Amino acid sequence: MAAVALETPKPVSPTWRNFREALRRHPTAIVGGVVLLAMILVAVFAPWLGTVDPQAVAPVKRLKQPGAEWWFGTDMMGRDVYSRVLYGARVSLAIGIAVALFSTLIGLAIGLVTGFVRWLDAIVMRVMDGLMSIPPVLLAIALMALTRASMENVILAITLAETPRVVRLVRSLVLTLREEPYVAAAVAAGTRLPRILWRHILPNIVAPLLVQATYVCASAMITEAILSFIGAGTPPNIPSWGNIMAEARSMFQIATYLIVFPGICLSITVLAVNLLGDGLRDALDPRLARRM
Amino acid sequence: MLAYVVRRLFATIVVMAVVAFVVFLLLYLTPGDPAAILAGDAATSEDIRKIREKLGLDDPFLERFGQWLWRLLHGDLGVSIFTNLPVTHLIAQRVEPTLSLTFCTLVISILVAVPLGVVAAARAGSWMDRAVMAFSVGGFSVPVFVLAYILILVFSIELEWLPVQGYRPISEGVWEWARHLVLPSAALGTVYIALIARITRASMLDVLAQDYVRTAQAKGLAPGGILIGHALKNAAVPIATVIGIGVALLIGGAIVTETVFALPGIGRLTVDAILRRDYPIIQGVVLIFSGTYVLINLAVDLSYMFFDPRIRY
Repeated sequence: MAAVALETPKPVSPTWRNFREALRRHPTAIVGGVVLLAMILVAVFAPWLGTVDPQAVAPVKRLKQPGAEWWFGTDMMGRDVYSRVLYGARVSLAIGIAVALFSTLIGLAIGLVTGFVRWLDAIVMRVMDGLMSIPPVLLAIALMALTRASMENVILAITLAETPRVVRLVRSLVLTLREEPYVAAAVAAGTRLPRILWRHILPNIVAPLLVQATYVCASAMITEAILSFIGAGTPPNIPSWGNIMAEARSMFQIATYLIVFPGICLSITVLAVNLLGDGLRDALDPRLARRM
Repeated sequence: MLAYVVRRLFATIVVMAVVAFVVFLLLYLTPGDPAAILAGDAATSEDIRKIREKLGLDDPFLERFGQWLWRLLHGDLGVSIFTNLPVTHLIAQRVEPTLSLTFCTLVISILVAVPLGVVAAARAGSWMDRAVMAFSVGGFSVPVFVLAYILILVFSIELEWLPVQGYRPISEGVWEWARHLVLPSAALGTVYIALIARITRASMLDVLAQDYVRTAQAKGLAPGGILIGHALKNAAVPIATVIGIGVALLIGGAIVTETVFALPGIGRLTVDAILRRDYPIIQGVVLIFSGTYVLINLAVDLSYMFFDPRIRY
């Protein structure tokens, strides 16, 4: 009996030790984490990494091919693409992380309330169903068309488009957890609702929510690039990866590098976040590990 | 079974109503005075007041929503601010390229992704499986327009096999129509293929572990027959679900793909409308796309009855 139990450890609660164990089994998650960390460091230390002012216009040196002097070349206004791409990391990461944070917090709050207040549930979930029926990119486009282009508005629009899925996740977890015997026991013992939420519900939601947050982050970075690319995203004076590529649209055939460098950076960063998310999911929920 | 159909239809109507309300709210919150825009530069404040009255802009919120909904149900999506043409007319002009692109992508993606997922699950742990998994993570991480430019660079500029940009109506010949859709469909389909392949593999792995699969193997049935007849049919519900949900990715991606490949579709209409702040067009596009998305997912829900006759919700 004991030997069998040892071979298939039951995933009761993911402790730090089997979390580390699981990470060891998923080296791709570590790769993702390291790459993401490197990108964050690049974004933070952009001014000290051999960059010049990303907005400095110099018509004399327009459209220089990548080489020793301009590592990633220069764009049609003579701006240094290497500097723009490095500063662009700040924009993409800031938007990805901000959207992940806000939509997770808002989604958690709404999900907890709807999970426990039954009469609200029907109304809120119908609204969420409606919002989820509008493709996220389209909803973000419609919202951005209403407002002025700014980073805050981009974050707001993408957060609004991403939140319903978080609400749905939290609510479904709460509905399952409510039926657990230990929650029933806590209720029977007269525990007050805030304490039940804090002690019994939240700890069980954190892991899946964290995984969801990484996916939201990846999706938000791609959505930001799409919005900027079609002219409904961050304002042109901010060098985001999407903006650099949007400006290169008309001269793609003569200056491929204008799309290639920011495109590669964006793809690598999103890939890193996705790998981290997949690894976390497997580490935090071993039952899923076999399936996905 | 009839009860299930009725319930699903009812839920769809509720969702559509919420979508309509959200879109109306977007219109309601639109900055600027539509009456002033319609009246033009030479208008007096008296003219603007008359137009406001005619459009009912001073009516209470709910009354305006009711009137707007009434017109919507009669197929009236309003008039474009920029061209002064009915939005339904403008959208109808652009339907063919968008429908061609999304339909081709949908069909090709399903034909590629489901076999990939099935093979990956059948050979779990093999190099095939690893390749499919790597593709499905990678496909999720490359934005559609980056992929589109890479494809143009390789297949149009370097190899000169396919046209760089543009669209040919199907009425001008199927061959040219298809040639112009190959690269856009490949770019748009990648993320969709990644999604479907991943879910197909996961769902197949679940089913392949079931007792009836082992029974079928023990009876000595052909492995291919078991894989398709026993396993795939039972794994179909999650696959159908993700095909339906993934249409949202196709719609968002189509807007970008049409921009890169200069396809004169609804996506291009949307991008032009954003630059001109032509709100009625944006709202019309949101309504049309969301309505289509909801109906596709209704069809998917109803298809469950075919894959799994036990379903009773």
